[in-house]
Order: sequence, then C-alpha cells, then structure tokens
Amino acid sequence: MRPDILNRGYRPGTKLLFAMIRLMSGRPLPDAAKLVFYRPDFYGARAKAFTHEAMRGPSAWSVGDRELMAAYVSRVNESAFCVGAHTATASRAYQDRGRVAAVLDDLESAPVEEPLRATLRLLGKLAAEGKLSAGDVTGALAVGVSPRQIEDALAVCAAFSTTGRLADAFGFAVLTPDGFDAGAKYLLKRGYK
Amino acid sequence: MPGQDKKRAAFRALADRVRNGPGEADARERARAFGNEGLTPPLAALIGKVATSPVRVTDADFAAAKASGLSDDQLFELVVCAAVGQSARLYDAGLAALAAATAGGEADHAS
Repeated sequence: MRPDILNRGYRPGTKLLFAMIRLMSGRPLPDAAKLVFYRPDFYGARAKAFTHEAMRGPSAWSVGDRELMAAYVSRVNESAFCVGAHTATASRAYQDRGRVAAVLDDLESAPVEEPLRATLRLLGKLAAEGKLSAGDVTGALAVGVSPRQIEDALAVCAAFSTTGRLADAFGFAVLTPDGFDAGAKYLLKRGYK
Repeated sequence: MPGQDKKRAAFRALADRVRNGPGEADARERARAFGNEGLTPPLAALIGKVATSPVRVTDADFAAAKASGLSDDQLFELVVCAAVGQSARLYDAGLAALAAATAGGEADHAS
C-alpha cells in the first residue's frame, strides 16, 4: 500500500494479530482489512460501524442484493479490488455466480427483478455522474422500490464510494480468485465489524 | 425509521471524525480535502484524483505531495477526508433527489 506507513505503521499487538491470521489462514490479511487497523480511531472504527450497518443492518434488501450493489458501484468506479471482493461475496450470498456476472456484464439484459435493476441503475448513475434528479428516483419508485429501500441503497453506495476510493488511492493489492473467495466467506460470516 | 437513522448517523459520525477530530494534518486542510476545494499543488492533484478518478492515482502523486513536506500520516488523513467527502456529496445528492421525488408524489396524491 502507499504511503508506506500503511504497510509498516501498525501497533505491536496489531502486527502480532496479522502474523497469527497469516499463520492460521495460510494467507496475508487483505489490504482492505488491514487498513481499518491503521489508527482505527481516525478512520477504521467508524468506517467499520457504518459499512456494517449499511451492508448487514436492517433492510428490505437481502445481503446478496447489497453485496451486488457494492460490486456494481465498484464496477462503475472501476475499482478492481472492490469488484473482485464483492463479486465473490454476492455470488456466494446468492449461491449464483451467473446472476452476478450477468448484472456486471449488462445490467439491462440481466435476469434480475425490476426493482433491483432500477435501483442498480440509480446507483450507477449517481456513482458515474455525481448527481441524481427527482425524475431518476421516480422511475425506481414506479417499479415498486420503496423510499426506504432507496435510502438503504444510497447507504451502500456511500460505503463503497469511500472504500473503493481508498482501495485505488492506497493501492490495495488485488487478490487471487481463491483469496477473494476466502474473503467472501469471512464477510458473510462476520460482516464488516 | 430507526434503522435508517442509524445508517445516516453512522456515516455522519465518520465524516465528522475525519474532518473535525484530532489529527496530524491541520483541520482546515482536512476540511479542504473533504470538500476538494481550495488546496494548492501538488496536494490538489492527488486529492482531486481521489475525489473524481481514484484509479488514476499514482505513486508519483504521493511522492510529489510528500516532497512538499507532508508526512505519511498527514497524507493518510487527507486522502481519507477526500474519499469520505466525495461520498458525502453523493449520499446527500441521492437523499435530496429522493426527498424531491417523494415530496412530488405526495403533492400528486393531494391533487
């Protein structure tokens, strides 16, 4: 990662924890997981709390839906680490790799429910253009998305707008497919806390 | 909607902490990074990319900002502020569009 302090500036207890995780899992902790241990009082503690609430807190959207939103927003932002991580997590949550791949390949022709498609379209536009009109939202409401579901989706978008930016700026190392799948298992078991 | 308030409140807590809490970088500079405005080169280039096209950030952007006298910890904080700040603008833009759409819907019902 860059700057270099994100590779070496951890407290002794944290370094020991990283070493133990590496020993037990057979792989180093992904950079996304490491970053939240760096001066957690500045960023990590509150970032984890917000991301967990957005991704695992109460919502009419399933965990798979929210992981798909994270993957889709990351795709629009071209954030390779987050696309890999959340494609793996959404695929595992749905137990359906094809559904996730189809959305990332072409949202308009993907075999998903219309409310989900309309919501992904909304998030894609917000991520790409930085703005939304009332008319954009009305389109999603018209196909049955509730206002609350739109609010929940906006929280997912905000979480991955932040994480994806940091992944690219700090240069998170992209994992192997096995590495992303191991991360997906962890995120589905423990969430983002 | 208690669950919803919790999501927004958790984001606000993050945004408030990185911008206004204690840090190595001056709070006014962190506020400028958060807003992606009023910064001087070379930091302005790095922060601008984090906000608008983070995939284009390079090692050279960090090296140039560091050469201008900023420490790794200050850069860490300023980049985090830029990422959270841009996300705050997106979140707010989405919520404002939702508020406008639902207010319009209520007016339609009333008429």
